[in-house]
Amino acid sequence: MLFGVSAVVTGVLLGWGVSGLQAFGDFNGEYGQILNGVAGRERHVTNVVAAVVFDYRGFDTLGEDFILFSAVLGVALLLREARDDRERPRDEVRSDAVRAFGLAMVAPTVVFGLYIVAHGYLTPGGGFQGGVALAAGLILLYAAGGYRAFRAATPHRLVDLAEGTGAGGYAAVGVASLVAGSLFLQNVIGLGTKGTLAAGGTIPLLNAASALAVAAGLILLCHEFLEEVMYEE
Amino acid sequence: MIPLQVVALALVGLGALAVVTTRDPLRQTLVAGLYGLALAVLMVVLQAPDVALSEIVVSSVASPFILLTALAKLQRRRTRK
Repeated sequence: MLFGVSAVVTGVLLGWGVSGLQAFGDFNGEYGQILNGVAGRERHVTNVVAAVVFDYRGFDTLGEDFILFSAVLGVALLLREARDDRERPRDEVRSDAVRAFGLAMVAPTVVFGLYIVAHGYLTPGGGFQGGVALAAGLILLYAAGGYRAFRAATPHRLVDLAEGTGAGGYAAVGVASLVAGSLFLQNVIGLGTKGTLAAGGTIPLLNAASALAVAAGLILLCHEFLEEVMYEE
Repeated sequence: MIPLQVVALALVGLGALAVVTTRDPLRQTLVAGLYGLALAVLMVVLQAPDVALSEIVVSSVASPFILLTALAKLQRRRTRK
Protein backbone atom coordinates (compact mmCIF):
# COMPACT_ATOMS: atom_id res chain seq x y z
CA MET A 1 0.00 0.00 0.00
CA LEU A 2 2.64 2.48 1.12
CA PHE A 3 4.86 1.31 -1.73
CA GLY A 4 2.01 1.77 -4.24
CA VAL A 5 1.36 5.34 -3.12
CA SER A 6 5.03 6.32 -3.11
CA ALA A 7 5.58 4.63 -6.49
CA VAL A 8 2.72 6.61 -8.06
CA VAL A 9 3.88 9.90 -6.49
CA THR A 10 7.49 9.30 -7.57
CA GLY A 11 6.32 8.28 -11.05
CA VAL A 12 4.25 11.45 -11.47
CA LEU A 13 7.08 13.67 -10.21
CA LEU A 14 9.56 11.88 -12.47
CA GLY A 15 7.30 12.26 -15.51
CA TRP A 16 6.78 15.92 -14.72
CA GLY A 17 10.53 16.48 -14.34
CA VAL A 18 11.50 14.58 -17.50
CA SER A 19 8.89 16.40 -19.59
CA GLY A 20 10.58 19.71 -18.67
CA LEU A 21 14.08 18.64 -19.65
CA GLN A 22 15.81 20.22 -22.60
CA ALA A 23 16.60 18.07 -25.65
CA PHE A 24 19.33 15.42 -25.32
CA GLY A 25 22.80 16.90 -25.73
CA ASP A 26 21.44 20.46 -25.83
CA PHE A 27 23.67 22.28 -23.36
CA ASN A 28 23.19 25.93 -22.61
CA GLY A 29 24.81 26.41 -19.22
CA GLU A 30 26.18 29.91 -19.48
CA TYR A 31 28.94 29.48 -16.89
CA GLY A 32 30.29 26.40 -18.69
CA GLN A 33 30.32 28.14 -22.07
CA ILE A 34 32.18 31.15 -20.64
CA LEU A 35 34.78 28.93 -18.95
CA ASN A 36 35.29 26.91 -22.15
CA GLY A 37 36.08 30.19 -23.87
CA VAL A 38 38.41 31.79 -21.34
CA ALA A 39 40.07 28.96 -19.32
CA GLY A 40 42.73 28.15 -21.91
CA ARG A 41 43.70 31.79 -22.26
CA GLU A 42 43.54 32.69 -18.57
CA ARG A 43 45.14 29.60 -17.02
CA HIS A 44 47.26 28.06 -19.83
CA VAL A 45 45.90 24.54 -19.20
CA THR A 46 44.24 22.45 -21.89
CA ASN A 47 41.89 20.50 -19.59
CA VAL A 48 39.20 22.97 -18.59
CA VAL A 49 37.86 20.54 -15.97
CA ALA A 50 41.20 20.75 -14.13
CA ALA A 51 41.15 24.55 -14.36
CA VAL A 52 37.70 24.58 -12.74
CA VAL A 53 38.53 22.01 -10.06
CA PHE A 54 41.93 23.35 -9.02
CA ASP A 55 41.56 27.05 -9.74
CA TYR A 56 38.20 28.68 -10.41
CA ARG A 57 36.56 26.37 -7.86
CA GLY A 58 39.73 25.53 -5.95
CA PHE A 59 38.10 26.36 -2.62
CA ASP A 60 35.39 23.75 -3.17
CA THR A 61 38.07 21.17 -3.88
CA LEU A 62 39.78 22.10 -0.61
CA GLY A 63 36.53 21.17 1.09
CA GLU A 64 36.36 17.88 -0.83
CA ASP A 65 39.94 17.10 0.11
CA PHE A 66 39.15 17.60 3.77
CA ILE A 67 35.94 15.57 3.60
CA LEU A 68 38.07 12.68 2.34
CA PHE A 69 40.75 13.41 4.93
CA SER A 70 38.31 13.43 7.83
CA ALA A 71 36.55 10.29 6.56
CA VAL A 72 39.85 8.40 6.44
CA LEU A 73 40.84 9.86 9.81
CA GLY A 74 37.53 8.67 11.27
CA VAL A 75 38.05 5.13 9.98
CA ALA A 76 41.60 5.08 11.33
CA LEU A 77 40.45 6.37 14.74
CA LEU A 78 37.73 3.73 14.97
CA LEU A 79 39.64 0.72 13.67
CA ARG A 80 43.33 1.25 14.33
CA GLU A 81 44.84 -0.80 17.11
CA ALA A 82 48.45 -1.11 18.18
CA ARG A 83 49.67 -4.31 16.58
CA ASP A 84 53.07 -5.86 16.36
CA ASP A 85 54.45 -5.54 12.84
CA ARG A 86 56.63 -8.64 13.12
CA GLU A 87 53.67 -10.90 13.69
CA ARG A 88 51.81 -9.98 10.59
CA PRO A 89 49.57 -12.80 9.40
CA ARG A 90 50.79 -14.75 6.41
CA ASP A 91 48.43 -15.57 3.60
CA GLU A 92 48.96 -17.30 0.32
CA VAL A 93 47.63 -16.47 -3.09
CA ARG A 94 46.47 -19.89 -4.20
CA SER A 95 45.66 -19.24 -7.85
CA ASP A 96 48.65 -19.08 -10.18
CA ALA A 97 46.60 -17.19 -12.75
CA VAL A 98 45.66 -14.46 -10.25
CA ARG A 99 49.24 -14.21 -9.03
CA ALA A 100 50.79 -14.00 -12.50
CA PHE A 101 48.25 -11.62 -14.00
CA GLY A 102 48.05 -9.49 -10.85
CA LEU A 103 51.80 -9.07 -10.52
CA ALA A 104 52.06 -8.26 -14.23
CA MET A 105 49.44 -5.51 -13.77
CA VAL A 106 50.87 -3.83 -10.64
CA ALA A 107 53.60 -1.78 -12.31
CA PRO A 108 51.53 -0.73 -15.37
CA THR A 109 48.67 0.38 -13.12
CA VAL A 110 50.97 2.43 -10.88
CA VAL A 111 52.63 4.05 -13.90
CA PHE A 112 49.21 4.71 -15.45
CA GLY A 113 48.09 6.37 -12.20
CA LEU A 114 51.19 8.57 -12.15
CA TYR A 115 50.58 9.48 -15.79
CA ILE A 116 46.96 10.43 -15.11
CA VAL A 117 48.14 12.61 -12.22
CA ALA A 118 51.03 14.21 -14.11
CA HIS A 119 48.98 15.05 -17.20
CA GLY A 120 45.77 15.73 -15.30
CA TYR A 121 45.55 19.38 -16.32
CA LEU A 122 46.51 18.78 -19.96
CA THR A 123 44.49 15.69 -20.91
CA PRO A 124 41.50 14.01 -19.24
CA GLY A 125 42.43 12.97 -15.73
CA GLY A 126 43.65 14.72 -12.62
CA GLY A 127 44.67 14.27 -9.03
CA PHE A 128 41.55 12.45 -7.90
CA GLN A 129 41.35 9.94 -10.75
CA GLY A 130 45.10 9.38 -10.88
CA GLY A 131 45.34 9.10 -7.11
CA VAL A 132 42.71 6.37 -7.04
CA ALA A 133 44.42 4.53 -9.91
CA LEU A 134 47.76 4.78 -8.09
CA ALA A 135 46.24 3.33 -4.93
CA ALA A 136 44.49 0.62 -6.97
CA GLY A 137 47.85 -0.46 -8.40
CA LEU A 138 49.24 -0.94 -4.91
CA ILE A 139 46.07 -2.68 -3.69
CA LEU A 140 46.52 -5.11 -6.59
CA LEU A 141 49.70 -6.12 -4.81
CA TYR A 142 47.53 -7.48 -2.01
CA ALA A 143 45.38 -9.46 -4.45
CA ALA A 144 48.38 -10.87 -6.28
CA GLY A 145 51.17 -11.04 -3.70
CA GLY A 146 49.40 -11.38 -0.37
CA TYR A 147 49.00 -9.23 2.72
CA ARG A 148 52.64 -9.12 3.77
CA ALA A 149 53.80 -7.92 0.36
CA PHE A 150 51.16 -5.19 0.36
CA ARG A 151 52.10 -3.96 3.83
CA ALA A 152 55.81 -4.11 3.05
CA ALA A 153 55.33 -1.96 -0.04
CA THR A 154 53.18 0.62 1.79
CA PRO A 155 54.70 1.29 5.25
CA HIS A 156 52.21 2.81 7.67
CA ARG A 157 54.36 5.79 8.61
CA LEU A 158 55.00 6.71 4.99
CA VAL A 159 51.31 6.50 4.04
CA ASP A 160 50.29 8.50 7.12
CA LEU A 161 52.86 11.13 6.18
CA ALA A 162 51.68 11.22 2.55
CA GLU A 163 48.05 11.63 3.63
CA GLY A 164 48.90 14.56 5.90
CA THR A 165 51.20 16.14 3.33
CA GLY A 166 48.54 15.89 0.63
CA ALA A 167 45.71 17.43 2.63
CA GLY A 168 47.94 19.95 4.40
CA GLY A 169 49.83 20.79 1.21
CA TYR A 170 46.62 21.83 -0.52
CA ALA A 171 45.79 24.26 2.27
CA ALA A 172 49.42 25.41 2.40
CA VAL A 173 49.29 26.49 -1.25
CA GLY A 174 46.25 28.59 -0.35
CA VAL A 175 48.02 30.15 2.63
CA ALA A 176 51.08 30.79 0.45
CA SER A 177 49.01 32.87 -1.94
CA LEU A 178 47.71 34.85 1.08
CA VAL A 179 51.33 35.46 2.14
CA ALA A 180 52.11 36.60 -1.39
CA GLY A 181 49.55 39.35 -0.85
CA SER A 182 46.72 37.84 -2.86
CA LEU A 183 43.43 36.06 -2.18
CA PHE A 184 43.25 32.57 -0.65
CA LEU A 185 44.06 29.99 -3.36
CA GLN A 186 44.48 32.73 -5.97
CA ASN A 187 46.77 31.54 -8.77
CA VAL A 188 49.84 33.64 -8.03
CA ILE A 189 52.79 31.94 -9.71
CA GLY A 190 53.71 32.20 -13.39
CA LEU A 191 51.44 30.36 -15.78
CA GLY A 192 54.16 28.88 -18.00
CA THR A 193 53.80 27.76 -21.61
CA LYS A 194 50.37 26.49 -22.56
CA GLY A 195 50.16 22.73 -22.98
CA THR A 196 53.38 21.85 -21.13
CA LEU A 197 53.71 20.14 -17.75
CA ALA A 198 54.87 23.42 -16.21
CA ALA A 199 51.73 25.28 -17.27
CA GLY A 200 48.94 26.45 -15.00
CA GLY A 201 50.68 28.11 -12.04
CA THR A 202 49.35 26.59 -8.83
CA ILE A 203 47.16 24.04 -10.68
CA PRO A 204 49.94 21.37 -10.89
CA LEU A 205 50.73 21.84 -7.18
CA LEU A 206 47.13 21.47 -6.06
CA ASN A 207 46.73 18.57 -8.49
CA ALA A 208 49.71 16.74 -6.97
CA ALA A 209 48.58 17.50 -3.41
CA SER A 210 45.14 16.04 -3.93
CA ALA A 211 46.60 13.02 -5.77
CA LEU A 212 48.77 12.35 -2.72
CA ALA A 213 45.85 12.77 -0.33
CA VAL A 214 43.53 10.53 -2.37
CA ALA A 215 46.06 7.74 -2.99
CA ALA A 216 47.28 7.68 0.61
CA GLY A 217 43.72 7.91 1.93
CA LEU A 218 42.56 4.91 -0.05
CA ILE A 219 45.60 2.85 0.94
CA LEU A 220 45.10 3.74 4.62
CA LEU A 221 41.48 2.69 4.33
CA CYS A 222 42.60 -0.66 2.90
CA HIS A 223 45.14 -1.12 5.71
CA GLU A 224 42.49 -0.63 8.35
CA PHE A 225 39.89 -2.81 6.62
CA LEU A 226 42.38 -5.59 5.93
CA GLU A 227 43.61 -5.58 9.51
CA GLU A 228 40.04 -6.18 10.60
CA VAL A 229 39.85 -9.24 8.38
CA MET A 230 43.37 -10.61 8.71
CA TYR A 231 43.77 -10.62 12.48
CA GLU A 232 41.72 -13.13 14.37
CA GLU A 233 40.30 -11.72 17.55
CA MET B 1 21.25 10.53 -29.55
CA ILE B 2 23.57 8.40 -31.68
CA PRO B 3 23.12 4.57 -31.73
CA LEU B 4 26.26 4.05 -29.63
CA GLN B 5 24.79 6.19 -26.86
CA VAL B 6 21.53 4.27 -27.01
CA VAL B 7 23.39 0.96 -26.67
CA ALA B 8 25.48 2.25 -23.75
CA LEU B 9 22.38 3.60 -22.01
CA ALA B 10 20.58 0.26 -22.52
CA LEU B 11 23.60 -1.58 -21.06
CA VAL B 12 23.47 0.65 -17.97
CA GLY B 13 19.76 -0.07 -17.57
CA LEU B 14 20.28 -3.83 -17.92
CA GLY B 15 23.25 -3.70 -15.54
CA ALA B 16 21.24 -1.88 -12.87
CA LEU B 17 18.47 -4.46 -13.20
CA ALA B 18 21.03 -7.27 -12.89
CA VAL B 19 22.45 -5.72 -9.70
CA VAL B 20 19.08 -5.47 -7.93
CA THR B 21 17.90 -8.92 -9.03
CA THR B 22 21.08 -10.64 -7.76
CA ARG B 23 20.35 -11.74 -4.20
CA ASP B 24 23.66 -13.23 -3.06
CA PRO B 25 25.88 -10.37 -1.72
CA LEU B 26 29.10 -11.89 -3.06
CA ARG B 27 27.75 -12.22 -6.60
CA GLN B 28 26.09 -8.84 -6.26
CA THR B 29 29.46 -7.22 -5.55
CA LEU B 30 30.87 -8.60 -8.78
CA VAL B 31 27.78 -7.70 -10.82
CA ALA B 32 27.93 -4.18 -9.37
CA GLY B 33 31.53 -3.94 -10.61
CA LEU B 34 30.40 -4.85 -14.13
CA TYR B 35 27.57 -2.32 -13.83
CA GLY B 36 30.19 0.31 -12.98
CA LEU B 37 32.09 -0.56 -16.14
CA ALA B 38 28.90 -0.12 -18.17
CA LEU B 39 28.48 3.31 -16.54
CA ALA B 40 32.08 4.16 -17.48
CA VAL B 41 31.38 3.22 -21.10
CA LEU B 42 28.32 5.47 -21.08
CA MET B 43 30.39 8.36 -19.72
CA VAL B 44 33.04 7.90 -22.42
CA VAL B 45 30.33 7.80 -25.08
CA LEU B 46 28.86 11.02 -23.64
CA GLN B 47 32.34 12.63 -23.84
CA ALA B 48 33.10 12.79 -20.12
CA PRO B 49 36.41 10.88 -19.94
CA ASP B 50 37.38 12.51 -16.62
CA VAL B 51 34.36 11.08 -14.88
CA ALA B 52 34.75 7.74 -16.66
CA LEU B 53 38.30 7.36 -15.34
CA SER B 54 37.21 7.79 -11.74
CA GLU B 55 34.19 5.54 -12.27
CA ILE B 56 36.37 2.70 -13.60
CA VAL B 57 38.71 2.70 -10.63
CA VAL B 58 36.06 3.31 -7.98
CA SER B 59 33.67 0.67 -9.30
CA SER B 60 36.23 -2.00 -10.15
CA VAL B 61 38.67 -1.63 -7.24
CA ALA B 62 37.65 0.64 -4.39
CA SER B 63 34.04 -0.27 -3.73
CA PRO B 64 34.39 -4.07 -4.36
CA PHE B 65 37.39 -4.07 -2.04
CA ILE B 66 35.46 -2.49 0.82
CA LEU B 67 32.42 -4.70 0.23
CA LEU B 68 34.49 -7.89 -0.06
CA THR B 69 36.45 -7.24 3.15
CA ALA B 70 33.17 -6.58 4.96
CA LEU B 71 31.70 -9.80 3.54
CA ALA B 72 34.78 -11.79 4.54
CA LYS B 73 34.52 -10.44 8.08
CA LEU B 74 30.84 -11.28 8.32
CA GLN B 75 31.41 -14.76 6.90
CA ARG B 76 34.08 -15.46 9.48
CA ARG B 77 31.87 -14.31 12.32
CA ARG B 78 29.04 -16.51 11.06
CA THR B 79 31.15 -19.68 10.76
CA ARG B 80 32.55 -19.18 14.27
CA LYS B 81 29.10 -19.13 15.86
